[in-house]
Amino acid sequence: MSVVKDTGERARMPPFGEEHEELRATIRRWVESEIVPRQDEWEEAREFPRELYDRAGQLGFLGLKYPVELGGQGGDYLHDAVWVEELPAAGASGGVAAGLGAHTGIATPPIHKFGTPDQHERFLRPAISGEKVAALGITEPGAGSDVASIKTHAEKVDGGYIVNGSKTFITNGVRADMLVAAVKTTPEGGHHGMSFLILERDAEGYQVSRKLEKMGWHASDTGELAFSDLFVPEENLLGEENGGFYLIMANFQWERIQMALGAVGGMRCALETTLAYAKEREAFGRPIGNFQVIRHKIAEMATKMEVARAVTYNALRMFVEGQDAIREVTIAKLFTQRAAVEVADEAVQIHGGYGYMREYHVERGLRDARLGPIGGGSDEIMKEILGRGMGL
Amino acid sequence: MLLSTSRRVLAPFERRFVNPTATNDKVLKPDHGSQRKHFIFTDEHEDLRESMQSWVLKECAPHAEEWEDKLWPDSILKRAGELGYIGLCFPEEYGGQGGDYYYSLIRGECLSYSRSGGFNMGFVVQSDMVLPPIEMLGTEDIKQRYLVPGIKGEKIGSLGITEPGAGSDVAGIRTTARRDGDEYVINGSKMFITNGARADFIVLVTKTNPDARHDGITLFVVDLKDDEGNNVPGFSVSRKLEKMGMHASDTAELAFEDVRVPAENMLGEEGKGFYHISWELQGERLVGAVGSVSGAERCFEKTLEYAKEREAFGRPIGNFQVIRHKFAEMATKIEVAKQMVYMTAWRFNNGEYPVREITQAKLYASRIACEVIDECIQIHGGYGYMKEYDVERAYRDARLNRIGAGTDEVMLEVIGRSYGI
Repeated sequence: MSVVKDTGERARMPPFGEEHEELRATIRRWVESEIVPRQDEWEEAREFPRELYDRAGQLGFLGLKYPVELGGQGGDYLHDAVWVEELPAAGASGGVAAGLGAHTGIATPPIHKFGTPDQHERFLRPAISGEKVAALGITEPGAGSDVASIKTHAEKVDGGYIVNGSKTFITNGVRADMLVAAVKTTPEGGHHGMSFLILERDAEGYQVSRKLEKMGWHASDTGELAFSDLFVPEENLLGEENGGFYLIMANFQWERIQMALGAVGGMRCALETTLAYAKEREAFGRPIGNFQVIRHKIAEMATKMEVARAVTYNALRMFVEGQDAIREVTIAKLFTQRAAVEVADEAVQIHGGYGYMREYHVERGLRDARLGPIGGGSDEIMKEILGRGMGL
Repeated sequence: MLLSTSRRVLAPFERRFVNPTATNDKVLKPDHGSQRKHFIFTDEHEDLRESMQSWVLKECAPHAEEWEDKLWPDSILKRAGELGYIGLCFPEEYGGQGGDYYYSLIRGECLSYSRSGGFNMGFVVQSDMVLPPIEMLGTEDIKQRYLVPGIKGEKIGSLGITEPGAGSDVAGIRTTARRDGDEYVINGSKMFITNGARADFIVLVTKTNPDARHDGITLFVVDLKDDEGNNVPGFSVSRKLEKMGMHASDTAELAFEDVRVPAENMLGEEGKGFYHISWELQGERLVGAVGSVSGAERCFEKTLEYAKEREAFGRPIGNFQVIRHKFAEMATKIEVAKQMVYMTAWRFNNGEYPVREITQAKLYASRIACEVIDECIQIHGGYGYMKEYDVERAYRDARLNRIGAGTDEVMLEVIGRSYGI
C-alpha cells in the first residue's frame, strides 16, 4: 500500500446502476449508426424524417418509462433520464434530441399521469409505438414564462369545448398529431381557471399557421398554431377541469431535469470532440492540446461538465425518490444551461476556423445550446424561483 | 444487428425494472416532509454533526476575534481530542472513533461555524494532513509515538512540503536527509508551514537522493521539540509570517541545520516520498474543498439575514430583484460545489482514488467560495468592508484556498494532463 494510483476506474454515479449502462450503450450505438451520419441532411431540411419516430418506437425508446400493457418497456424515470442524456452525448443534434425529447419527455407524461384508460389507449399507445407524434402547447405569442396569463380559451358546450386562440414556439408543432394544450376554461383564467385539453390535428379549426425559423435546433420543427372554433370532445379533457395549472407546474420539474441532463450530455459530447481535435491538430510543431493554455481550457470545460453532472444527478435522485426537489431542480437547470453554452463556445474557440464551419458540428453545438438558458423557463425565471424560495 | 442487440437489452425491462418504489404516481407529488439529507450520510453521521456543531458554536466561535489577535490556543485542540473530534476517522486501537471518510467531511462542515478560517486550517492540518500519512505509512512504533498523542491533541503536528524555492513543484525541493549510521542528518528550510511555530513534530518531505527528482524523495517524522518543550538541536523557526488572512493560524518559515533523526522515523519507503505525498494531497484537497463550500455557505446565510433586515428606499434590500438574483446565483454556486464534493467523497470513501474529480472539486469549490464571499461583501455595502461583520475576514481567509494545497493553475494542469494532453 505504499504507492496509491488512480486506476481510472469509476463506479456508476447514483442514482444509476449497471442496467442503465446497458441502455446507454444501446442508445449510443443507435445514435452513432442511424442518426449522426444523416444529421447534416436533416439540418438542411429543417426537420428529421417522420420515420425516425417509428424507428425509435420500434426499438422501444419512446416508451421506456411506460407500462408494458400500453406497449412501453415498464421502466421508470431513470431510463428516460438515460435517454435524454445519452442522445446528445452520443452526438445527436439539439434538434433531433428536442423533437424526440418533446414527444417522450414533456408531451406524453401528462397523458400518462393524468389520463383516463381511454385516453391511454387513444393517445399514449400510438405515441409509444411512434405511430402518432405528440407536442406540448403552453406558450403563446403573448405569454411565455407568465403561464397564468395565457389567452387561449375553451368554452364549455354540449359534449365538449370550443377552443379559440394560438400557441407558439411549439416543438413538433408542425407535424404533431396531438397537442396537449393549456387553455383557459373560465373567463378569468389564471391559476384556478386553466385546464389541459388534448387537441387533435385533423379536427376542423386546428391550423398550423407558421413553421418558425430559428438560430439552432434546425432538425426540429417549431410551430405556431391557431385554433378557431375548434371543437374538442369532453373525453379529451386531461385531469380535472380548472385543475390544469398544477398539472403544468408538476410537468415543469421533470422537463427541467431533462434539460439539465441534456446539457450534461451535450457537454460530454463537446468535451470529447474537442479533446480529440486538440490531440490531432498541430500548430507550431506540436498538437495544440500540448499548449498549456489549451490544456487549461479543456480542464475548465471538463470541470464545468463534471460539476454539472454532480448537481444534476443529485436533483434527479431526489426527484425520483419523491422528495421536494424544486430548489435542486431549479439550480440544476440554471447552472447546466449556462455551463453548456460556455463549454460549447470554448469548443468552437479551440477548433479555430474549423469551429466556425458547419462540417465540424461544434458551431451547431453552440447554436443548439443557446436555447438552454431560455427554454423551459429562462435563467431569470429560475433565479426568481430560487430567490423567492429563500423568502426574498 | 442493431435491432437484435437493442431488443436484447430492452427486453429485460419488463422483468427487472418495474420498480415499486419509484412509480410515476409516487413521484408526482413531492413529499415536502421527507428527509433531505444527502444519501451518503446516515443517522450516525447526523448525530456527530449535531454534537460537533454545537461544540464549535459554544466553545470556538465566541473566541474568533480574540484568536485573530493571539492565535488559537493549543488547549482547544486538546479539548477537541478529548471529545474525539480529531480521531473521527482513525482506528479505535489508536484512540480514534473508527469512522468512515464522511466523518472528515462533516468535521470540515462543522468547523465552518467557528468563524475562524485560521483555527479551521490549523485543526485540519492536524486531523487530515499530518496524521493520515502517519496512520497509513507509519510503523507501529511511529503510530504509538505520534498518532496516539496526535489524536488526543496532546502533540501538534505540521506538514513540511513547500520550501522558499519550491511550492507546486514538489520534486524541486532541496531539503536533504543524509544517512549517517542509524540516523539521518537533515539540512534545509521549509516555508509557509501551518502550525510550524508551535508544532511538536513535523512530517517532513526531504531528498535522500539530491540527484534524482521524483524518485529521490523520502518522508520523515521529525521531532521539533524535546521533552522540555525546547527546539531540538539544529532546528529553528526563522520567521513567523504575516498574512492577508488566516490570522488565527501561525505560519512559519523553518530552518534545519544538521538536525539528526533516527532512521526508524522514516515514513513509508525511501525514494517513494513523492508518491506518498501525492496521496496525502488528495485527502487534503477534498477537505479543502469542503471548507470552501461550507465557509461560503455560512457567509451566504449571514448575508441573507442581513438582506432581509437592512432597508433601503423603503423596503428590505433583499426584495430588490437584483439582490434576489444575486442570492439565487450564490445558492446555485454553493449547491453545485457541494454536490461535486459529496459525489467525489462518495467515490473516495468507496475506495476509489479519483484524482481528476478531487482536483475539479478543489478548483471549483475554492473559486466559488471567493466569488460568493465577494458578493456577500458587496451586498453588505459599507458594513461589509468593516471588521465587525464577519464577511470581511471570511473574504481574506477564503482567498488562500485558491493558492494552498495546489494553486488553481496547478489544478488545471492536473486535470488537463489526466486527459492525456
